[in-house]
Amino acid sequence: MKFDKPAGTNPIDRKMVIGKATDRIDGPLKTTGTAPYAYERHDVVANQAYGYIVGSTIAKGQIASIDTADAKASPGVVGVVTWENAGKLGTSHWHTARLLAGPKVEHYDQAVAIVVADSFEEARAAAKLIRVQYKRADGQFDLAAQKASATKAGDGADSAVGDFASAFASAPIHLDQQYTTPDQSHAMMEPHASIAAWDGDKLTLWTSNQMINWAVDAMSDLLLIPKENVHVMSPFLGGGFGSKLWVRADAMLAAVGARVTGRPVRVTLTRPMVFNNTTHRPATIQRIRIGSDKDGKITAIGHESWSGDLPGGGPEGATNQTKKLYAGANRMTALRLAVLDLPEGNAMRAPGEAPGLMALEMAMDEFAEKLGMDPVEVRIVNDTQVDPENPNRPFSQRNLVGCLRKGAEAFGWNKRNPKPASVRDGRWLVGMGMASAYRGAPVMNSAARVDIDRNGVVTVATDMTDIGTGSYTIIGQTAAEMMGVPLDKVVVKLGDSSFPVSSGSGGQWGANSSTAGVYAACMALREKVAAKLGLDPKSAVFENGTVSAGGKSAPLTDAAGLSAEDRIEFGDLSRKYVQATFGGHFVEVAVDAYTGEMRIRRMLAACAAGRILNPKSARSQVIGAMTMGAGAALMEELVVDKRFGYFVNHDLAEYHVPVHADIPHQEVIFLEEEDPTSSPMKAKGVGELGICGVGAAIANAIYNATGVRVREYPITLDKFVEQMPRVA
Amino acid sequence: MNDDNPIGINRREMLASGFATAAATSVPISAQAKPQPADQPNRMKVTMTVNGEKRTLDLDTRTTLLDALREHLELTGTKKGCDHGQCGACTVIVDGRRINSCLSLAVMHPEAEVTTIEGLGKPDKLHPMQSAFIRHDGYQCGYCTPGQICSAVSTLQEMRDGIPSHVTADLEGTPPFSVDELRERMSGNICRCGAYSNIMEAMLDVAGERA
Amino acid sequence: MRAFSFERATSPAEAAAAVARTPGAKFIAGGTNLLDLMKLEIETPTHLVDVNDLGLDKITPTDDGGLRIGALVRNTDLAADNRVRRDYGVLSRALLAGASGQLRNKATTAGNLLQRTRCPYFYDPAMPCNKRKPGSGCAAIGGFNRNLAIMGVSDKCIATHPSDMAVAMRALDATVETVKPDGKTRAIPIADFHRLPGDTPQIETNLQPGECITAVTLPRPIGGKHVYHKVRDRASYAFALISVAAVVRDDGTGRLAFGGLAHKPWRVEAAEAKIGDGAKAVTDIALAGAKTTPQNAFKLPLVERTLGGILTEARA
Repeated sequence: MKFDKPAGTNPIDRKMVIGKATDRIDGPLKTTGTAPYAYERHDVVANQAYGYIVGSTIAKGQIASIDTADAKASPGVVGVVTWENAGKLGTSHWHTARLLAGPKVEHYDQAVAIVVADSFEEARAAAKLIRVQYKRADGQFDLAAQKASATKAGDGADSAVGDFASAFASAPIHLDQQYTTPDQSHAMMEPHASIAAWDGDKLTLWTSNQMINWAVDAMSDLLLIPKENVHVMSPFLGGGFGSKLWVRADAMLAAVGARVTGRPVRVTLTRPMVFNNTTHRPATIQRIRIGSDKDGKITAIGHESWSGDLPGGGPEGATNQTKKLYAGANRMTALRLAVLDLPEGNAMRAPGEAPGLMALEMAMDEFAEKLGMDPVEVRIVNDTQVDPENPNRPFSQRNLVGCLRKGAEAFGWNKRNPKPASVRDGRWLVGMGMASAYRGAPVMNSAARVDIDRNGVVTVATDMTDIGTGSYTIIGQTAAEMMGVPLDKVVVKLGDSSFPVSSGSGGQWGANSSTAGVYAACMALREKVAAKLGLDPKSAVFENGTVSAGGKSAPLTDAAGLSAEDRIEFGDLSRKYVQATFGGHFVEVAVDAYTGEMRIRRMLAACAAGRILNPKSARSQVIGAMTMGAGAALMEELVVDKRFGYFVNHDLAEYHVPVHADIPHQEVIFLEEEDPTSSPMKAKGVGELGICGVGAAIANAIYNATGVRVREYPITLDKFVEQMPRVA
Repeated sequence: MNDDNPIGINRREMLASGFATAAATSVPISAQAKPQPADQPNRMKVTMTVNGEKRTLDLDTRTTLLDALREHLELTGTKKGCDHGQCGACTVIVDGRRINSCLSLAVMHPEAEVTTIEGLGKPDKLHPMQSAFIRHDGYQCGYCTPGQICSAVSTLQEMRDGIPSHVTADLEGTPPFSVDELRERMSGNICRCGAYSNIMEAMLDVAGERA
Repeated sequence: MRAFSFERATSPAEAAAAVARTPGAKFIAGGTNLLDLMKLEIETPTHLVDVNDLGLDKITPTDDGGLRIGALVRNTDLAADNRVRRDYGVLSRALLAGASGQLRNKATTAGNLLQRTRCPYFYDPAMPCNKRKPGSGCAAIGGFNRNLAIMGVSDKCIATHPSDMAVAMRALDATVETVKPDGKTRAIPIADFHRLPGDTPQIETNLQPGECITAVTLPRPIGGKHVYHKVRDRASYAFALISVAAVVRDDGTGRLAFGGLAHKPWRVEAAEAKIGDGAKAVTDIALAGAKTTPQNAFKLPLVERTLGGILTEARA
């Protein structure tokens, strides 16, 4: 099904199932520990051996030699695989660094070997017996030091409209500040894990992956086997946040280990290895300049961002939102990329916007203060309904103002004292902060197959994944709505490369795209059903297990055995319109006047993100992203050891993410919105909006509480405690 | 302190380790000393009661309680999130108390009563806490969820037992029931999807309190 | 993790003898730190002596009005004990500020004292560390040391001791009771139990090989207001940036010990005479001779401010 015209009225608009707050259909499995994750498939293949990966202890250089003799002789060991005996391996365009080092080493903890043994304990012990001699090369590990050497990050790295330089120079009010965000880790709860088994030259891989089709593609390229020989399954993932968009060393080395040893091999990355072996969100240095008239209307806005990656890698697109969020006739953005020999930088939840808004929305707070305007009002006067870089291109829908107004009202923003460090509650200084949220709403083609059995059960199969996003449930709701059956008459099968290729999960495109694919397949099935039942497909109504048209009706079960597959193919609506999601974040924090300890007291987000397919799981997506944003604001930082070139704090005791005690009750308001240009579902996706801007809202609240502005994230107390007013 | 040679490494060690580089101030020495060949694993039998059923295992002494459950008894509901006591995904209830099963050897638990998520309830017969997690969407990816639920059940018991917490204002009294108490006590269970706010709703629901 | 043999001891003397006679043997109680380190082969015992059956899990009154805490009393049980909550609140508070509920249910009194540092270079076997591999160097000096020691450091090691419990015990003048492999017992004042790193950071306590902790005794209660303020990077389940254990009496006298500053709980008794003069007067003495790095210099004002809050609220 082509989607190249805005959707008219369609069966989804009945909203009998769609749009209703619905418990997850996979809930009983997840809450009882019976949902099978990748490393838990004792049932799928016999005689599994355990693989344990050895990582490089240098950041850059060459492997001079690897001595595996003691490891091979170690009890229980089935085999040891290094670059020397792995056989010929290909490269994949999905990866910047190779998944198995040798002889070149590109980053710390890059895999150099896998030990395969009868038990996990034996594999782990033997891995310690491998001796690798390295020839170490000097590397670049310090973004600030390499900033000057950074180059334009490819086509589209820069944008410019009007005459930014002159407009900024002549603006009566202007702000010019630098902000930094650190390297961050996805730190999803399930480390990357895979089980690989070969049957001749055919590979079956049970893994934890967000994008099944990309996984097939990469495994084919890496192992130099045809795609049709790769079967990937990932029905449940213990989180991903971008870290599992691509197969990683666990998948490739499980497959290589299995090929070399002749045994099915299961591999999980150890937690300490996840941080340096896999990808991370790259650090940024950002310069923001804003100029305006005295009324606060922006006349010039400029945003430059520097980040680093391995040779051949890409930039963190931290200027994304600045191209779209606020009006202003004169504007520029620029992305600069330095070469760093740290582990591979790549997408993490809302890549670009998440760190970009941490900077931009702090700058807007500073700008509001310079103007003496309320931060909400400054944003509202700079709203735009068209793409500020291309005024001929409207937003499909844009209700940022509604989010800000509604959020401010629900939060009690009018109670905020604009004078910093002026509200005290016992030993606590209290402040409020806010920020806009912006995240694009991309779409991806997506296919599904739907069939009906003789009990009237509708089964949907698509290689879409559920990474905690609630895909099982919204896909089930979509099929139930379309086929006129209750949700408990729908079976949803996901995450299997033998199913039709979906959008996969990433970039908050999954919900809208994959359900649109199911919509397309259901439309195809409805036609077949109507034809079989002798009903007019155009007017047929599917409801309560019955199909009716022209005064005739028949039970859906009369169409048992029918099946249809189709794909939603998106046309150029996303070029005609800017499709994006919006929100307003409001936060209250308390800062201990003595120690600088920070506690978030309240958080509220008002969101406009198209039709909300399942308000229950959508709300969870938003609060979860707000929680991750709180981590980014207050504690998360992969600390670079610039001598050795690695992230030092590579475990969950030292890389801090928020715990229960850090997070208060969170409120989410969804504004009524349906976007007919986005898809037949009229949805947009909301998986990443919640992290966009929330970090700055927290930072702004800390400033309002303390009067100290910290522009280097995370805002840990050591960065401001000495500057706080003395209290004793 | 001598920042010129911060790692205090000498050239002889470096060459002995096979580093052919002059970057003497920044060479990790690594674990390059020749390790001793591995000894044969030691095996031991241990019997424990898991979810009401007596189970006897013959294990490599190195097997953690977590791996005994996941790999030997194939009770994979208990999750391995970090294997170092830093996340709480492996939480199980042993002899009435919640512990991190990753930081305990199976052979340290002869005759123990172990309750895992599978012992609390099944998909068609859910424990009230499992139902509440579903009702309040107290999970997303589901990987930390069994640990959260085991911990939540134990937390309510610890409150009933009068065990104080870091946020208990008056140590001598009975800890008051409050959401702050629950949050502090649940802080050993990390949820990276960020379902914390909903988990609190689920726990308050089970405890019969309103948020 | 290297292979190891395993036995369960049934008396303290037997346990001490078992460890003494087996090269590479170690005690295991809660296991919450030892197993963590064994998985990384930072600890590589060849034999484990399980001491959980030694019956050392009781808290009993001593003849002089104090308490004897068995070595195997779990952190949860110690923190929840009514006598501890009433008379030694700073100890309950310190325990409850540490780790998580799950870890406190398993971790023991003796094991808590014997925790090893959380220095990230100690935890990474690929990195130099004089504590893990004597003579290999200290990667923390000149590296990431934001949360490492500022007091009593050496040019070999700037690690901190991670325990909260031990800081409170230091303020309370606790005594560590042990039994040696020959069956002889001794009592070690907590002040002398942990060592500063000096040239031998790998030696963290003054225990002798095979010496087994049997109990920690607390002297009779000293009254006063008991506070343990732990400052950390998140609200719970994190190691201290700094901590202050304080017992402050109405007459202005008191006890102060500090965590997160040194290789052992940090206490300077002379500073306690200045409690009445305020936080700065105290820290001028207690933190004299601090050696900070650009990353951890914040600990000095942070200790002063934290103490300031404690003293202000104690007076209120």
